Amino acid sequence: MQAFEYVAAQTVPEAVAVLKEKGQQARVLAGGTDLIVQVREAKRDVDWMVDIKAIPEVNVLTHDSQNGLRLGAAVPCYQIYGTESICESFPALVDATKIIGGTAIQGRACVGGNLCNASPAADCIPPLIVLNAICVIAGPGGEKELPVGAFCTGPGQTALERGEMLVALKIPQPSSHSSSYYLRFIPRNEMDIAVVGAGAAVTLDAAQETIVSARIALAAVAPTPLFAEEASALLAGREISDAAIDEAAAAAQAIARPISDMRGTAEQRTHLVGVLTRRALKGAIQRVLDA
Amino acid sequence: MARKTHVQTQINGDSVEFLCEARQSLLEVLRDELQLTGAKEGCNNGNCGACSVILDGRLVNSCLVLGVETGGKVVETVEGLAAPDRLHPIQDAFLENAALQCGICTPGFLMSAKALLDNNPNPTEPEVRYWLAGNLCRCTGYDKIVRAVLDAAAAM
Repeated sequence: MQAFEYVAAQTVPEAVAVLKEKGQQARVLAGGTDLIVQVREAKRDVDWMVDIKAIPEVNVLTHDSQNGLRLGAAVPCYQIYGTESICESFPALVDATKIIGGTAIQGRACVGGNLCNASPAADCIPPLIVLNAICVIAGPGGEKELPVGAFCTGPGQTALERGEMLVALKIPQPSSHSSSYYLRFIPRNEMDIAVVGAGAAVTLDAAQETIVSARIALAAVAPTPLFAEEASALLAGREISDAAIDEAAAAAQAIARPISDMRGTAEQRTHLVGVLTRRALKGAIQRVLDA
Repeated sequence: MARKTHVQTQINGDSVEFLCEARQSLLEVLRDELQLTGAKEGCNNGNCGACSVILDGRLVNSCLVLGVETGGKVVETVEGLAAPDRLHPIQDAFLENAALQCGICTPGFLMSAKALLDNNPNPTEPEVRYWLAGNLCRCTGYDKIVRAVLDAAAAM
């Protein structure tokens, strides 16, 4: 691996100062499960690794029904699926964190890192989009917030500017009769990268017969994970039915613009968007009914 | 010559100090600096699990941890698994079940299994299989390994 300097920042301003001074030559190190591989394989040139795991703000994990979830950028996957109240309120995020890599990866990899790595196939990003997550970003000019849907700008590219770092994600508490679901297609049971991923969040009426609102997001079918806005909107006010779900799946397929690569063809991916959107919606609805 | 950092950590119950460059992984530090060659380098990118060790109670791929990150932390490797006079029950179960052939993956499987049983003393077979999904074995076909871990759980 190329030589680089290592800084274990103790505070957000300390990390921001290094990131600002070193610019593109510096990179934030959290779980390292993507970054260390990229540097070792010479896919990313890094002269400074800024370890943020000693900073208290990036390790915060708080959840209550008033303020929702605050998830520090470096909280590893296992802590998310190991927290019962998160499993109850944000199951799509739990679905994703349980299938990223294997046990050893989940011990280090974090949702914030999955987001900042900005892979089109990132499993955590569709759940964050459907759950309306807000990115809390610190930079030389202070703190700012950005909806997660605007965070990824291309493969491996984010809206973070020089000197900025992701500190935490804020996810509002879903209203009652709500749930969410994420799944992906891979050719095996585990330890793989999504051919296509789909997340859905739904809110039903009190009678649990009508969809009040829905949000659908897709992974691995465009340069960034996508919010399927039209597919989501057309479900609002609709009675739960296969016809409504099929319409949403078709609308989701219409915005997919996948490539063909070693994981699958564009045609297969477009087909999978329909299948997985239906399953994600039905999965989220079933979770409300089962609650 | 790149700058070396002094790191103090605890490995298998012993206080250990070492010097390493920032670019050296924990796996490289264990094998090249500390002569703890139990953890193996397989893929060196987090897919095979041959380098699995336990860091502060969590299973990690030591190829994906920097040595400089381990200051003040507790590391468990396969060298610390057996007691001075007897094997660990997981090691006994691997022998009894012939859960290894070439042996390259075995230290990783043993540490992964230990982390599982520390966390969940009575796992089901699917739980064992999913937990061990990050450890690859090209000899056994996995079944003997899964049986060994279930036997170890029953024996412990």
